[in-house]
Amino acid sequence: MARDFALTTKNESETIDLGLKIASSLKSGDVIALYGDLGSGKTRLAKGICLGLDVKQMVNSPTFIIVNEYNSAKFHNIYHFDLYRLKSEDEILAMGFEDYMKNRGIVLIEWPEHAERLLPEGTIKIHISHSVENENERWIRVEGIAL
Amino acid sequence: MSTITFAIESSCDETSAAVLRNGAVISNIVSSQYFHKEYGGIVPELASRAHIQVIDEIVTRAFKDAGIDKDEVSLMAASQGPGLIGSLLVGYNYAKGFALSRDIPFMGIDHIESHLFSCFIGQEEINFPFIALVVSGGHTILFLVESYLSYKILGNTHDDAAGEAFDKVAKMLGLEYPGGPLIDKLASTGNPQFHKFPKSIIKGSPYDFSFSGIKTSVLYFLKNNYPVDKTNLPLNDIAASFQSAVTGSLIDKTIRAAKDHNIKTIAVSGGVSANSGLRNGFLKYEKEGYSIYFPEKIYSTDNAAMIGYNAYLKFKASVGNAAINNVNPLLSSAYARFKYQQ
Repeated sequence: MARDFALTTKNESETIDLGLKIASSLKSGDVIALYGDLGSGKTRLAKGICLGLDVKQMVNSPTFIIVNEYNSAKFHNIYHFDLYRLKSEDEILAMGFEDYMKNRGIVLIEWPEHAERLLPEGTIKIHISHSVENENERWIRVEGIAL
Repeated sequence: MSTITFAIESSCDETSAAVLRNGAVISNIVSSQYFHKEYGGIVPELASRAHIQVIDEIVTRAFKDAGIDKDEVSLMAASQGPGLIGSLLVGYNYAKGFALSRDIPFMGIDHIESHLFSCFIGQEEINFPFIALVVSGGHTILFLVESYLSYKILGNTHDDAAGEAFDKVAKMLGLEYPGGPLIDKLASTGNPQFHKFPKSIIKGSPYDFSFSGIKTSVLYFLKNNYPVDKTNLPLNDIAASFQSAVTGSLIDKTIRAAKDHNIKTIAVSGGVSANSGLRNGFLKYEKEGYSIYFPEKIYSTDNAAMIGYNAYLKFKASVGNAAINNVNPLLSSAYARFKYQQ
């Protein structure tokens, strides 16, 4: 399968399933950038990926706290970022973003737009969009990983 | 002899320092409020790098306000986690240095736990057990609190924190950040029956929360009903309907937990505890014999007074660990496994 592909998920549980599949293809040190509007399902997909990585902790939105850390039997540390509140590269650098990128765990980033130039080469980029007609449907484009 | 506690909080955006005499707060300085007042300037939204720039001044001001000399401090406390590691380290290491150089006991304190005790600041004793709802921009957790060191997490959010849902819906409505207080204000003159936004129910987890569904439902409501022109949005009615769905879910699950555990004392803390819809909704249950506690508004958002109060209670009860160790950004989850007996 190509390293770039797109699909539609019909509901939240299909989004979780996609996360499980993505997780099974990840390797140590991978960075996954999750793009999408408010309410598009970035946290939902992150939840699916973490489920696939055997994370036992509650995976929820890190918007306020900026980064959640989880333990995974497979990859040791998972860092789940949400850069929604950070408006400049300066602020992102000031919170030690680059140090997190160098670790050998897995990094998930919601709202990566403001960190675009700081993302390491080989970052897996996932774009999620709302369906126009159906509240539950999502159009998801994945770049940089084959399932 | 009285205990003078000096406390520092720096787990996320705020740098804060407080001085307490026994259970009473004698000063509590919070960076955003302090700098806003002093300089009238704009405070960066995320102040983690700012912690190191402002901590000395915040501390100096806390002692000055308290009229206490630094050498009178008999207990040092600092927020240990959960939080942003870079932010936590600034306050925690400052506090460690302060304690080491004066040879006084030091306590690393759980930030979330401090929120749930914040309802009782000023009291010398707390009556256990009680049900605690900690609800803020970053957390929505329901606890059964049995003693200073024994908790059980009954419920948590599966996605967004309640305060986050407020801020994000405010953004959809074109309101400024942070939008929570603005929604509360608009809701006070709106019709909560205007539109029925869904209250989430999570199968098999009666005490767990979910707010991303409500958020998405507001988004589609706006898309479907006001696709182009947003100038005539019935802001008050939407705010009231949304607020009623969120607070309804928080109140229903908390009351259910209290009933199931046969507990009549409920403590609601965190930034969202200042929401008037939530307060009024909870207070209705006083008629049914429940005692509902809220923190004073200054202690609802992140502050050092609650850290100091929590440390003092444990120090006095001779529980907890007065030792120098390190920050733990995973604290709440580690506690969930070992301490909260989940």
